[in-house]
Amino acid sequence: MKKLFRRYIFFMIALLILAILTFINLELGKKAVGIVGFSFREMVMVIPPIFILLGLLDVWVPRETMVKFMGEKSGLKGILLSFFIGSAAAGPLYGAFPIAGVFMKKGVKFSNVLIFIGAWSTTKIPMFLFEITALGKEFAITRLLINIPSIVFISYILDKLVKPSEKEVLYEKMYSI
Amino acid sequence: MTNVVLYGAVGIILLISFYKDKSKTKMALKKAWKAFENILPQFLGVIVIVGVMLSLIDPETIGILVGNQSGWVGVILSSVIGAITLIPGFVAFPLAALLLQNGAGVMQIAAFVSSLMMVGVVTIPVEIKYFGKKLTLLRNTLAFIFSFIVALIIGRVVQ
Repeated sequence: MKKLFRRYIFFMIALLILAILTFINLELGKKAVGIVGFSFREMVMVIPPIFILLGLLDVWVPRETMVKFMGEKSGLKGILLSFFIGSAAAGPLYGAFPIAGVFMKKGVKFSNVLIFIGAWSTTKIPMFLFEITALGKEFAITRLLINIPSIVFISYILDKLVKPSEKEVLYEKMYSI
Repeated sequence: MTNVVLYGAVGIILLISFYKDKSKTKMALKKAWKAFENILPQFLGVIVIVGVMLSLIDPETIGILVGNQSGWVGVILSSVIGAITLIPGFVAFPLAALLLQNGAGVMQIAAFVSSLMMVGVVTIPVEIKYFGKKLTLLRNTLAFIFSFIVALIIGRVVQ
């Protein structure tokens, strides 16, 4: 019980803030509740299939296969594959982290995990089409062209900034989940 | 639409998996539930915080604050707003277009879009669970700085 309380403390504080907001300004509170409902629906629509896919990936795809395609020695193939999987994804960025977790568990190279996160955050194909319609071709294509090399660049910087021992700790942690 | 495809595809894969090996499929579902339950408290907290934040934001005020004349101050402000908010893409792009029409500058909007997509202050609790504190902070900081570069280049290229 106490453990459950500790785990949900952040959620309860968030609810408390929402309650205070509603108390101060009813209109804003209503608006906030509406947005929470909307986001919640989005979560329900996207998150369950992602996690089921994760479970299946974990059970069916052997570690060796993942290491071969995206592991330490996967080279350009691994980079392209990380980009592709991240870009083909759907859903908000927070859906990408659990997948990154399973990738680490399966021995995917750290920089490839980061490339995957980068691609998911900003080069998603459905979003790109949407960006063209809303902000124009010039805007969307320029951004895409800056993003692709930058994602690789940022991933390598991050990879270098984290010590091998720290990486090991992160990978270890994923085994327990 | 994406959701129908996603649910459909996962449903089919799940059926194939079940047909091939019942116990493995059961294990997969168990793992899926465990992973989901593990992160659920963070998800719920983030969603409520986002609701509160978005209710406080008003598109017209933002449009004025990050106008064409606002320069780098406006760019920084846009990046900060993008970093602390979490808006799904299909809402964010029309919003960005609306802001442009209301007088926001291209550079400022580029900074906003970029940091919105790559920096996630409210999702930091989720990210830390998987990547730890150090990497999470580094990643978000770099992505934040990167949004200025995007603003600079888009400001030059797009008129």
